Amino acid sequence: MVERSDIRVVRCGGSKINFRPPIISNDSRFVLCVSGDSVKVYSTRTEEWLHSLQGHTKQVTGIAFNPANHLQVYSCSADGTVKLWDFIDGILIKTFIIGSPLFALYVSKEHEGVIFLHLSKGTHHKNECFQLVSTHLPKSADQEVEAKELSVVSSHISPNPSCTAFGRGGEYIAFARKLQLDVYFFRKQKTYSFYLKATDKKGAKNAFTCIACNPTDDCIATGHEDGKIRLWRNFNHKKEYTYSTLHWHHNAVNTLCFTPEGTNLLSGGIESVLVQWQCGAGSKKDVLPRLGGSILHVSASPDGQLFCVSHSDNKITVIEDGFKVSGLIQGLVTGDTVLTDLMIDPRSKALVLNGKPGHLQFYSLLRDKHLYNLDIVQQEYIYEAGLDQFEVVKAVFDVKGSWLATVEERGRESSDLEFFLKLWAFDETTQSFVLNTSISAAHTDRIISMCFSSSEETTMLVTTAEDSQFKAWCQGADADTQQDQNFWSCDFVGSYHNLKPTNCTFSADSSLLAVSFQEVVTVWSPDTWELLTTLCQPPGQIRDLCFGRLSCSKYLLGTTTKNLLCCWNLLTCALEWSTSLEVSKLQADPLSENVAAFSYQSKHTDLFVFKPSEPLPLFTHEKVCSEKVHRAIFVPREELLNGCDERCQWLNGSQLYFLTQNMDLMTFSMATEEDRMLSSSKRLVIDDSIAVTPFYLLLGKHRQQQQKLNTPSHPAADKPQQKQSSVSIKQLLHTPAHVLPAASVLCSMFVNSLLISNTGVREEMESSEQEMDSEKEEEDSEGEMETRDSQQDLRAQGSVDEVTPKLSKAQERELKRVRKTDFSWMTGLIVSKP
Amino acid sequence: MGEFKVHRVRFFDYMPSAIRALAFNQPNETMAVARMDGAVEIFLVSDKFFQGKIIPGRDQCGIEGLTWVGERLFSAGLNGQITEYDLKNQRVKYTIDAYGGPIWAITGNQQGTHLAVGCEDGTVKLFAVNEDKIQFERNLDRQKGRIVSLSWHPSGSKIAAGMIDMIQIFNVETGQSIHRMLTDRGTSRSKECMVWCVVYLSDGTIISGDSGGMVKMWNDHTGTLIKSHNVSTCDVLALSVSRNEDSIVAGTSEGFVVQFQFISLVLEKNDKEWVRTRTFRNHTHDVRAVAEITTAVVSGGMDTQLVVRPLLDKIEVNSSASALQKIIFPHRSLVSCARKAGLMLFQYPGHLELWRLGESEGQGIPGSSLLVKTNPEKLLHLKVKGEDHIRCSAVSPCGEWIAYSTASSLGLYRLHCDNNNISITKISKIPKVLSSAKLCFSSDSSHLFSASTQSSVHVVSLSQSGCKLVGTLKPKSGSHQAIHLLAASEDGKWLASANSDHEVHVYNLQKKELHCTVPIYSSAVSAMAIHPETNCLFMMHADQRMFEFSIEQKQYSDWSRSVQRNGLHYIWLERDTPCLNVMFNPQNPSHVILHDTYMFCIIDKSLPLPDVKTQFLNQLTLKSLPKEKRKSESHAFKVCKTFREMLHVELMSDQSLVVVERPLVDISTQLPAPIKQKKFAT
Repeated sequence: MVERSDIRVVRCGGSKINFRPPIISNDSRFVLCVSGDSVKVYSTRTEEWLHSLQGHTKQVTGIAFNPANHLQVYSCSADGTVKLWDFIDGILIKTFIIGSPLFALYVSKEHEGVIFLHLSKGTHHKNECFQLVSTHLPKSADQEVEAKELSVVSSHISPNPSCTAFGRGGEYIAFARKLQLDVYFFRKQKTYSFYLKATDKKGAKNAFTCIACNPTDDCIATGHEDGKIRLWRNFNHKKEYTYSTLHWHHNAVNTLCFTPEGTNLLSGGIESVLVQWQCGAGSKKDVLPRLGGSILHVSASPDGQLFCVSHSDNKITVIEDGFKVSGLIQGLVTGDTVLTDLMIDPRSKALVLNGKPGHLQFYSLLRDKHLYNLDIVQQEYIYEAGLDQFEVVKAVFDVKGSWLATVEERGRESSDLEFFLKLWAFDETTQSFVLNTSISAAHTDRIISMCFSSSEETTMLVTTAEDSQFKAWCQGADADTQQDQNFWSCDFVGSYHNLKPTNCTFSADSSLLAVSFQEVVTVWSPDTWELLTTLCQPPGQIRDLCFGRLSCSKYLLGTTTKNLLCCWNLLTCALEWSTSLEVSKLQADPLSENVAAFSYQSKHTDLFVFKPSEPLPLFTHEKVCSEKVHRAIFVPREELLNGCDERCQWLNGSQLYFLTQNMDLMTFSMATEEDRMLSSSKRLVIDDSIAVTPFYLLLGKHRQQQQKLNTPSHPAADKPQQKQSSVSIKQLLHTPAHVLPAASVLCSMFVNSLLISNTGVREEMESSEQEMDSEKEEEDSEGEMETRDSQQDLRAQGSVDEVTPKLSKAQERELKRVRKTDFSWMTGLIVSKP
Repeated sequence: MGEFKVHRVRFFDYMPSAIRALAFNQPNETMAVARMDGAVEIFLVSDKFFQGKIIPGRDQCGIEGLTWVGERLFSAGLNGQITEYDLKNQRVKYTIDAYGGPIWAITGNQQGTHLAVGCEDGTVKLFAVNEDKIQFERNLDRQKGRIVSLSWHPSGSKIAAGMIDMIQIFNVETGQSIHRMLTDRGTSRSKECMVWCVVYLSDGTIISGDSGGMVKMWNDHTGTLIKSHNVSTCDVLALSVSRNEDSIVAGTSEGFVVQFQFISLVLEKNDKEWVRTRTFRNHTHDVRAVAEITTAVVSGGMDTQLVVRPLLDKIEVNSSASALQKIIFPHRSLVSCARKAGLMLFQYPGHLELWRLGESEGQGIPGSSLLVKTNPEKLLHLKVKGEDHIRCSAVSPCGEWIAYSTASSLGLYRLHCDNNNISITKISKIPKVLSSAKLCFSSDSSHLFSASTQSSVHVVSLSQSGCKLVGTLKPKSGSHQAIHLLAASEDGKWLASANSDHEVHVYNLQKKELHCTVPIYSSAVSAMAIHPETNCLFMMHADQRMFEFSIEQKQYSDWSRSVQRNGLHYIWLERDTPCLNVMFNPQNPSHVILHDTYMFCIIDKSLPLPDVKTQFLNQLTLKSLPKEKRKSESHAFKVCKTFREMLHVELMSDQSLVVVERPLVDISTQLPAPIKQKKFAT
């Protein structure tokens, strides 16, 4: 079988950045948010994605700044670890292994060295129980530390992490669950509980949805399902507690946040309006409306000048002082469902799918960045539940990317269906799509599928609809229209025994059109519109159809609802082979013969990659995910990979992406590719941070070259000194004068850097790195740690003999490390300074 | 369970009067309520807010303020007079003119020595409270503009007075103004800012509510504003402080009551601040008066309802006391029925109306409505002479006699009714002593019983020629409280009276002497009647407990004892309106018919009593059961909630039931329009 270890399923970006509240760094320059398996760092001013903190293997579920050092951030993940990062440089500092999956993380300034975590207690009476535990982070110099000593604070908390908050000065922690509010005082070790009635007389829903504590007063704000905000006071009394109520939201309050001075309270909900309440002034409030998506989280910067609002459409809005929107960080909008297929815009190579309501979004997979939205519906969307509004349901590009066809519809649930077929032409001058033709009644019933012909010369669109017809549309076919305006019109209407068509597809050279009518596949010639042949393989309706490519273009593949994958030979018009497989998605690679089939069996999805000519799969991957996969796409790579492994060759030309039902975009990545990506990302970081000054050109470049020269021939050369010298020079040149240490200190460092030291240290360094290689550590930032930790050096020294060094790897490593260690001085300085 | 022909009477246009002022007497746990028509009602806070006493009002006597001085109750109004009330006999004791124009505010100091009134002419007048009367002492420095509100410092040395655009602090000793604190007019500069209410706290904080919708806290030492809270877009009309001064409630003209609490912002530290906390929205109209009592916030206003909102943090257990209570109707009947003649007498403040019930055709299935053959007919509209409002009224069972009483006089009329010609003759020469708190006719209409002062009952014999005072029945206890209930037995032998001291006396009418006294129970009697056959006195108390007392044996009946042993169902005890009438079904002697505002109930004494676990309101469940099973499942209480808010229920001689309904919607349509408020999604 296939050796699968080098290909794994990864989140490839486009993950939710609104999963947990974003946090803003102390200097308000960076905003950090969890995004799939990583933590992303954005700039608040330019809204650019700077880098990611990668290292977790499962969804990151919480981030919080290290209260002891505002340049470090804790992150926790479902993989059961808490990691401490230097977020500016993207360096992993430490990993704490907790063991069980973590769901949220809280820290408080008053509880140094203690973090509070949400754990799942396991299934208890069918509904999951969550508990809040605190753990002392062991002060060990090791990279990986096990923190097993957990003490339970509360064993019954809400799974929603916004229902837990620390009070003023960390003296108490408040957590709400359903209709109960608990306040736990750390000093007294006593919990006060308050209950609300399930409903009041008017039928309002009182369940808690979120909680926030005033940082200066003892006031707890709680949000409720009916849109009320309650401000609790005097909660250290069993009976004499009191609360006041604020009510503006008409739906559940999703988030609450006090400004750091405790003067204002921010709240948000589905209305996509941010409300700012003035504390102590009753119901006096400011509103910031039309933020364009229901609000999930709000967070404030430590100086209170900046707010970050994350929205349900995977967006973070940056709101500056004065309550104005100053920036927008847009992720891949996936919403609840994606109605269109995943597509690749042939021009921009961007992934195209449903975006915000009524739009198609263009998303760059490479840069993991939202490019732009194309307004298809061109009507205002009203944010209200239960309204039936136009939604883009189908979209397809032609081969060159000069035409785009879209279908929008509404009233699918009700009987009065309304839909439009629109054709968009690419306008070279504006570099965007412009509406060419809008057809209001393209069919008498809703359109099921459509495709463009794949030939370069003439473009033709075929649509199939539930009115048991398929239509071919051509540009300028109608004689009535003027010559200079090339509108689209119907060229041919076809049907087959009044059966409902299900799918249509063109062969690679556009010489054949296959249209499936329930159980029958019909093959037509698009030139003459002659029915060439019919293929049939009962039982079961045809679900997916696709032609083979390149050398396999004589094959037509089809899947049926009765778990059959068929391959017909078009030359013989006979079934070549068939296999019983429940295929939920069949996707052909446009650049090779390969076809990927996602099969859903016994509660998980398997992937098979095969060539139509051979019934045996090239590659199989079991348990890709636990849900059905309905959307997948092959994305051509920018540069071809020269495949190392035979089994991975199908990934050389293009990459396979798929969308799970949780709306996570996943891909398959190879080990070599990951290495490449990692190295590139690191390089990116370094390039970012080193200013190209004349000194750098003179000294830095020169030294690096020297290193490169040195390393292959003399592995034991005096590298540390080289590095150090560059550090001290940088220190002299780049640090503002007012934060520099005394000149006497610098002087000695500078002189030291010019000296040549012995080579013993160097060996230690290298050996330790090789050890890390053998551990298959993705993070190579440890090198920096070791230069600081003498203990670790000793440990590393002990293991010198065990590893045989690989020279080329070591070289690469060395180069990276040297570049990176430039930073270590910076962090070292900051750590030592406060 | 007995089917009745029911007259649903909706033509009694009873309209309660708006509440203007509240005064709470802490030691007695009584709440005095002043209404716009000048009536003063005393509610017993400890007895489920039972309306113990009603002092009817007079025309042109707009009460503006109400205050307790010790156990004495004073009121003052826009007619410029100060009134003291005789609470024992439920009438006005005396009135004194203050000679300062209309009076806007009256308060007594905590020491019980002085009354201060704020007058239109800008004077604060001090009255010394003497043993029997009050006496004018002096004026404080006269100000320009009227004094709208007043509050004594608890020490009695200073007075804060709310005026137009300012608050003045007076030194009581010297009579001079110490501070003048100007209020902000807010956004509308042209509109003057009325300080509707002030409260002076013992720590020197003055809290004011004004027409700008602000509640402001002032320091009396420096005369400066400490904090202001914008509570409402309209006026803040009333303020009240709790006894230990840690909470303030403010009533606004938008119909809600806001609570402020004096709490520390940082836990376990002593620097406390006034923080706005809860908001109670129980009124549709202006809240003219609020009072914070030990366990609840009481508020009343233009929508005529007295709302008791318990403060859950002050109540120990989750009981019926934690439920919101709204008092809409008076706790005594305004309707009397001539059972044999089919007539009804409605008592309005200034007049009486006599109606004849309509008739219907034939029979119908249960639950259906019958066709009305003859419409109900208004026979009589009797206006009362003089300013005083009617205290009580009665029509004799035969329908021949109508009696009413005001504070000063008793009117007795004879009704002649032959075919459609109706005429009345006033009986003259009625003894003066007969002005009464409660009137009752004997069942054969031969005697009129009139409850008089000092718990005595006058017996008047009625004849064609006129009336004659036959005798006076007096209890031995020597209670001075007025009688509020009378019940005569069917055979004319017994008369029971209940007074505000919770005493129930039974008199033998033949011997004209006290027969016995029912053991005193802690709760007031809200309704009682004597059983026509067994001559047992059935009493309903304000706390919803019931007793049956055998008059002949002078002891509680066996059934009553079993009720006491068994206890009553919690649903029955949690009802918040007292029973207003007790009737007996002559066809089934074991049936007792009761009603309160929201339900009427038949108690079948022959059936077992429900215990805690049984379903109390089981009518629907019973209906679904087969006939044989019903018997075992049913219990003594049959509750009917078919009817809307009921003022009176009476069983007529022809076995038809008269239900006088007064739906709240009808009352609210007659109220003036409330302040327009923006409602969400309109």
